[in-house]
Amino acid sequence: MPPSRPSTLIAELSYQCPLHCPYCSNPLEIGDARYRDELASDDWVRVFEQARALGVLQLALTGGEPMLRRDLPALCAAARDAGLYSSLITAGTLFSDERARALRDAGLDHVQISIQSPDPQENDRIAGNRSFASKIDAARLTRELGFPLTINCVLHRQNLDRIEEILELALTLDAQRLELANTQYYGWAAVNQDALMPTAEQLQRGEEAVQRFRERVGPRVDVLWVLPDLHEDLPKPCMGGWGRTAIVVGPSGDALPCQAATTIPGLELPNVREHSLEWIWTESDAFARFRGTDWMQEPCRSCPLGRQEVDWGGCRCQALRLTGDAAATDPVCRLSPHHDRVVAAREPARTDEFVYRAIRRPARV
Amino acid sequence: MTRPRLVTGARLRYDEVRAEHQMLVPEGVVRLNATAAEVLELCDGERSLDEIVSALSERYGGGDLRGDVVGLVEGLAQRGLVVDAAV
Ligand code: SF4
Ligand code: SF4
Repeated sequence: MPPSRPSTLIAELSYQCPLHCPYCSNPLEIGDARYRDELASDDWVRVFEQARALGVLQLALTGGEPMLRRDLPALCAAARDAGLYSSLITAGTLFSDERARALRDAGLDHVQISIQSPDPQENDRIAGNRSFASKIDAARLTRELGFPLTINCVLHRQNLDRIEEILELALTLDAQRLELANTQYYGWAAVNQDALMPTAEQLQRGEEAVQRFRERVGPRVDVLWVLPDLHEDLPKPCMGGWGRTAIVVGPSGDALPCQAATTIPGLELPNVREHSLEWIWTESDAFARFRGTDWMQEPCRSCPLGRQEVDWGGCRCQALRLTGDAAATDPVCRLSPHHDRVVAAREPARTDEFVYRAIRRPARV
Repeated sequence: MTRPRLVTGARLRYDEVRAEHQMLVPEGVVRLNATAAEVLELCDGERSLDEIVSALSERYGGGDLRGDVVGLVEGLAQRGLVVDAAV
């Protein structure tokens, strides 16, 4: 069966970032030499063109902090020329008037700004950096320049109780979209699970607040509320299914089916410096490894719920982390023999202390 | 709905790779048939809904397209993808 067409390219331009979020999805080894050897502008331009030819529609310019790339306006122009819809996913601290205008003139389509909390002090504590005020300035500037604005806030135990304030802030800033993504436990978030895991009551209250907001505000702000996997008993189709809709390309050109796939042992990552995106998508072992349903083990293989092509067996990285086998059924599934590990993870030992994301060795701050 | 326009950041285009009309929006795509694409191209925030209906009815030999046009525009408005330029 030939693979479907990808619709999204996630371009992680650089893992450098002035912030230190303890749930950052970047790999723990961000300081490694292999990640510092970043792709040149020409490489990215070629990748954007190849992506469009494969059918990609949406381009996410992300990181780390993509604003640290000095060639960002040129990359936005290349995205526009290639026919991709481009989104900048930024922490906002480097989004100055001059640079923002250059991005707009180059053809950037959409700006997404992360906040860590709607409370300035709490935001700065979670980010490990004084950044709240500049984020708000960036959001205002985004709207002044006529960009559509998305606010995103990663939710966890230490900010979930402020959900009403987050919703109000998005409305005040005239955001068109608000992404409330509950933490997924890979990358730095896995290290910080004890400080981040919310309670079931918090999630319940959060969901109710979102519901009330949607009824009151209507379609003016599109609120995305993503429940954390670990609190469910059927998995989500991770990344829309392995090798089905998305391609991630890291700073040094490694292509992955999902951002956390670097943790899977024995998965040889194809690099865009050596291969075309078409080869990577259609021929590479990494993208074929868990594509479709042939690779599945029990209970997925004979799933009594007929969900094989609904959730595609869930998240491979989560299966690896909780069962030791990347090809196992995602233990979020209540049919997994390891589901008890997910249930146990909902009640972690609690701490408020973070291990901050850092380029050097992680240290307790 | 008085003067419909596409939501901020929306772009209409024909995708040669997938051979279809699309409206691209932040993190999303709406696949359109050719007629829907024609309607949306007229949703520029200047024309009224009535003007859009009569422009299209004329183009298609005088048949009354009001129901179809209003249905499409209202449907997209409910999803926040078309907004009223008059408010
Ligand atoms: S999650 Fe935080 S630390 Fe990680 S890239 Fe985004 S802003 Fe930087
Ligand atoms: S057994 Fe596998 S396919 Fe069936 S619901 Fe669970 S994870 Fe999904």
